[in-house]
Amino acid sequence: MKRIHNLIALVVVLFSSNTYALLEIEITQGVESAMPVAITPVAGDIPIEATLLESVVFSDLHRSGYFSIIDKKKYPQQSVKLDDVDYPKWRNVGIEALLTMTATAASEGKVRVQFELYDLVRKNRILGHSVTTNKNQLRKVAHKISDLVFEKLTGIKGAFSTRVAYISEASSSKGKKYQLQIADADGYNPRTVFSSSKQLLSPAWAPDGRRLAYVSFENDRTEIFMQDITTGKRTKISSEPGINSAPAWSPDGTSIALTLSSGGDPDIYILDVESKKLRKLTNDYGIDTEAAWSPDGRFIYFTSNRSGAPQIYQVSFGGGSPKRMTFEGSYNAAPSVSADGKFLAMVHRDDSGYKIGLLDIERNSFRLLTDGTLDEAPSFAPNGSMIIYSTRHNNSTVLSAVSSDGRVRQRLRLQKEKVREPSWSPFRR
Amino acid sequence: MIIRQISVIFFLSLLLAISGCSGNKTKGDDGDMVGDGIEDGAPTDVGEDDYSSSGLDDDGSVILDPLDDPASDLFVRTIYFDYDSANIREDSLLIVREHGKYLSSSPERLVRLEGHADESGTREYNLALGEERAKSVREILLLEGAQEVQIEIVSFGEERPAVEGTDDAALQLNRRVEVVY
Repeated sequence: MKRIHNLIALVVVLFSSNTYALLEIEITQGVESAMPVAITPVAGDIPIEATLLESVVFSDLHRSGYFSIIDKKKYPQQSVKLDDVDYPKWRNVGIEALLTMTATAASEGKVRVQFELYDLVRKNRILGHSVTTNKNQLRKVAHKISDLVFEKLTGIKGAFSTRVAYISEASSSKGKKYQLQIADADGYNPRTVFSSSKQLLSPAWAPDGRRLAYVSFENDRTEIFMQDITTGKRTKISSEPGINSAPAWSPDGTSIALTLSSGGDPDIYILDVESKKLRKLTNDYGIDTEAAWSPDGRFIYFTSNRSGAPQIYQVSFGGGSPKRMTFEGSYNAAPSVSADGKFLAMVHRDDSGYKIGLLDIERNSFRLLTDGTLDEAPSFAPNGSMIIYSTRHNNSTVLSAVSSDGRVRQRLRLQKEKVREPSWSPFRR
Repeated sequence: MIIRQISVIFFLSLLLAISGCSGNKTKGDDGDMVGDGIEDGAPTDVGEDDYSSSGLDDDGSVILDPLDDPASDLFVRTIYFDYDSANIREDSLLIVREHGKYLSSSPERLVRLEGHADESGTREYNLALGEERAKSVREILLLEGAQEVQIEIVSFGEERPAVEGTDDAALQLNRRVEVVY
């Protein structure tokens, strides 16, 4: 408990120094059985940059849920020169890995960052590098360091350098403004990709990380657009009679699964991106929507109320008879598939509202990851370690991330706009 | 009683339409004396038997559309639904039927059914649910003789709530189909 308290204090101090920060981070749950790791204070002659570097790496590693970052008061060394680690002393306080970083001024206003990672159990340096960067790229460098540390210690590729697309809604005297935005995975550096006075919905990343598909009400009905986020070029890809919604790219990028109701009721269709040909995948009297692909592209998961209430089903890419996946509760919807294909995150309703649930497909075991009243739109990180979702908070809607084991939750809070519909990007190619 | 009155009005407006007057008055049409039944009527005291006949002039320049009679079932343009349901409630059935009869007798009239959902549940599912609700209404309109070409359907899901708020009362007001002529 005390440790958690210290962490919160640290986070507040670190982030209050970043006046340009738009999204605040709060730690809502502690870590109990994660790997104990130390991050010594960042050394060097440029304290502002040092603090930024430390805060970004700290919060990246902490919110992943894999690590418990030990209070600095317990460190036997507050600064460590290269390969000058007092291994026995560090092991005495039960810490397994040590990260040291320096940030020093380089020529032309640049920053030179150096970092080392030590395995305190095997008593050796397992990672180390230096990089010189522009000051405005410092966050990127910090996320890169987090990625490398995460991968070295867990064996899983880090996803801290990835991005999140989402919809924001701002109200003013002129009315409402809806924006499709992209931010770093920790919520910083938001950039607007598309802005409209009409509603936007369901951003979906192409696997190349360069294009987004999304639903726009700009013509007072649903239509699906595709936008290249590097050039800004927009293309209308679906404007059938009725609903055009819930786009989801296939893992190979050649197809988009979407929901159309032109056939009489909402069904899942497969759109071939090149040929523009449509194929009807599901056929049921009720609602079929919210398609999500398995990582191998062989299956599509979707929400259907064919049993009378929304549940998640699986159908082969080629079609055929869908198989029901969820049996717990009377409302399971909006599936997101983990990168290894073994888990489905979803919206699950229980007595007190809508929460994010996780289904272990092989073991057929289900559990809740969150405890909100209106948690929606779960989206897995590309390495499966975390899930981002939207949640109600103080009469607004904010984004939160939860580690896939449910132990660590972190709120990304945009201060003015309501934010929702998060979609975690794939790895950069 | 109301139904009988409406058929009288139907008859009258049909006559007027045939006699060369514009039969599809809409709000904001210039030169049309009759408003939407609220401004120049008696909105605080509606429902009296003879209300709908007031203002009908002899010279034929004034058109009364039964849609604008606050005492008429046709004046009800919002149909409400239960949670996660697209079934028309018993108490709404009569109203929807009246709209169907009206459309059947006024083939030049067009209507847009806007389906909506409350904020509970996922946005994409609610988009589909809004459309299912609008389709339920359309089904009854068609059964009463309306033609498919008269009816347009659009779903806004939970994107355009009638009221803000998260309590049960607000959610109920948002689970709706709006009948827009």
